[in-house]
Amino acid sequence: MYAVETKGLTKFYGKSRGIADLDLSISEGEFFGFIGPNGAGKSTTIRTLLGLIKPCGGNAKIFGKDILTEKEAILSETGYLPSEAIFYSGMKVKEVIKFSASLKKADCSKEAECLCERLKLDVSKKVRELSFGNRKKVAIVCALQSRPRLCILDEPTSGLDPLIQREFFSILKERHASGATIFLSSHILSEIQRNCTRAAIIREGKIIAAGSVEELSKNNAKRVQIQGMADISPLSGVRDLKKTEDGASFLYGGGISELLTFLSKQKISDLTISEPDLEEIFLHYYLDGGNGK
Amino acid sequence: MTIVWHELKQNRTSLVVWTAAIGFLLAVCIFMFPEMEGQMDGMDEIFSSMGSFTEAFGMDQVSFGTLTGFYSVECGNILGLGGAFFTSLTAAAILSKEEKDHTAEFLLTQPVSRFRIVTEKLAAVMVQVIILNMVVFIISISSVRAIGESVPWKEICLLHFAYFLLQIELAGICFGISAFLRQGSIGTGLGIAAVMYFLNLIANISDRAGFLKYVTPFGYAEGADIVANLCLEQMPVITGMTLAAAGILAGYVKYCRKDILS
Repeated sequence: MYAVETKGLTKFYGKSRGIADLDLSISEGEFFGFIGPNGAGKSTTIRTLLGLIKPCGGNAKIFGKDILTEKEAILSETGYLPSEAIFYSGMKVKEVIKFSASLKKADCSKEAECLCERLKLDVSKKVRELSFGNRKKVAIVCALQSRPRLCILDEPTSGLDPLIQREFFSILKERHASGATIFLSSHILSEIQRNCTRAAIIREGKIIAAGSVEELSKNNAKRVQIQGMADISPLSGVRDLKKTEDGASFLYGGGISELLTFLSKQKISDLTISEPDLEEIFLHYYLDGGNGK
Repeated sequence: MTIVWHELKQNRTSLVVWTAAIGFLLAVCIFMFPEMEGQMDGMDEIFSSMGSFTEAFGMDQVSFGTLTGFYSVECGNILGLGGAFFTSLTAAAILSKEEKDHTAEFLLTQPVSRFRIVTEKLAAVMVQVIILNMVVFIISISSVRAIGESVPWKEICLLHFAYFLLQIELAGICFGISAFLRQGSIGTGLGIAAVMYFLNLIANISDRAGFLKYVTPFGYAEGADIVANLCLEQMPVITGMTLAAAGILAGYVKYCRKDILS
């Protein structure tokens, strides 16, 4: 069963585009990355899935349940970590956590205590006294204390220090290992590459690529670095060309034998061909229109 | 009930301050009555001959020399206006504050239907209105007893019931408006209460504006009329309660369909 499945999901804010004809499938138990810059439609997708906004077209299901008609059942199995964690300022941290648990009709006190300890969160403080990072920790506890089947995390690490980020991902990996589906939306590509098994890239409200992180990283293109004098302008399939003092570096999407034949005729002293990292792939999708595979 | 308790906790300071302020002012007015009673012999004539001002506050219908007359005008203004401000402010903010304070994302991603959220928030407003009115009623009765007067039960109960209905009507209207707002609930709440109050003053002054009595809840909660007639006018009350129901219905319809933007 799919944990998340959208078909032609569309949301327009008046005339401006949020997401358009978005098709997305995340299997149960996946650690899924959702990549895109600001304004690409990541948050719109998440907010639509959670029922905060209503889609203009298409449909979406979470664990086979329709997001419009079975919202309560979906939310009882979903933990959501928003990108900006804002709570009732007059409340204490422990009151916010308890309020969230009581709305879920669950006694999560032991799990909450454990999470607070691991994230080093002082529950006696008032929300208004907390820094952005500490508010984020409260949101993590609220999202994860009920051990949800699906965790939807929107830019989860912003504001967290590196040690807490490491602890947070170790919690997520434990949850993933115990069967939870993790939907991680981020523009920090290393986060996705380190933790996710599959990912999708969203651009201008549409999914332009989806697959395993490994596949996306390979994706035909290679990072080629050459040293020496070479005019590579006749070579087709070259992207992201960076010229240096003693050579050049570029992403190459054509055949390797063509590349080697071409380079053999050039005056080069060294050649390195490597897999591009996800960040390069991401930029390639964004800068080149996402058509080059 | 989780959200009702949450709302009551969130708004407890405001409820305590408004209840204490209204109760204190009412008590002060009542404690002033014995002193004023003796000075009222010649004052009634003056109060009843101030033209539009007299009519605006209904002072041509009641005598300031009697406890009921004094109570209906002086205390009526305090509870009428104070209660209206508190109710309008509370109801206008109850739904909109979640978006204004950016807490909607937290609340609406919990496994609770929007219908239940709206219902519990409405219940929280009504509970606060009931608490305020009960406490103020007890303070009023105790104060009347404390100055050695016998309690005019029928008049006082009718007056307080009318102010309670007035607050319910304003609560319903402002609750509906709250579902449409993202900002500015304070101005809206205060504005609606003030406009309704002044519409009643205009209706009292001008015969041609008499229809306004059906528009504003202050029309059927006019203390002087209630004490003089010992009843509430049915049609304005029915119209008012219909408006309140329409406001509440609009609140449900809008909030259950509303897009919550970040």
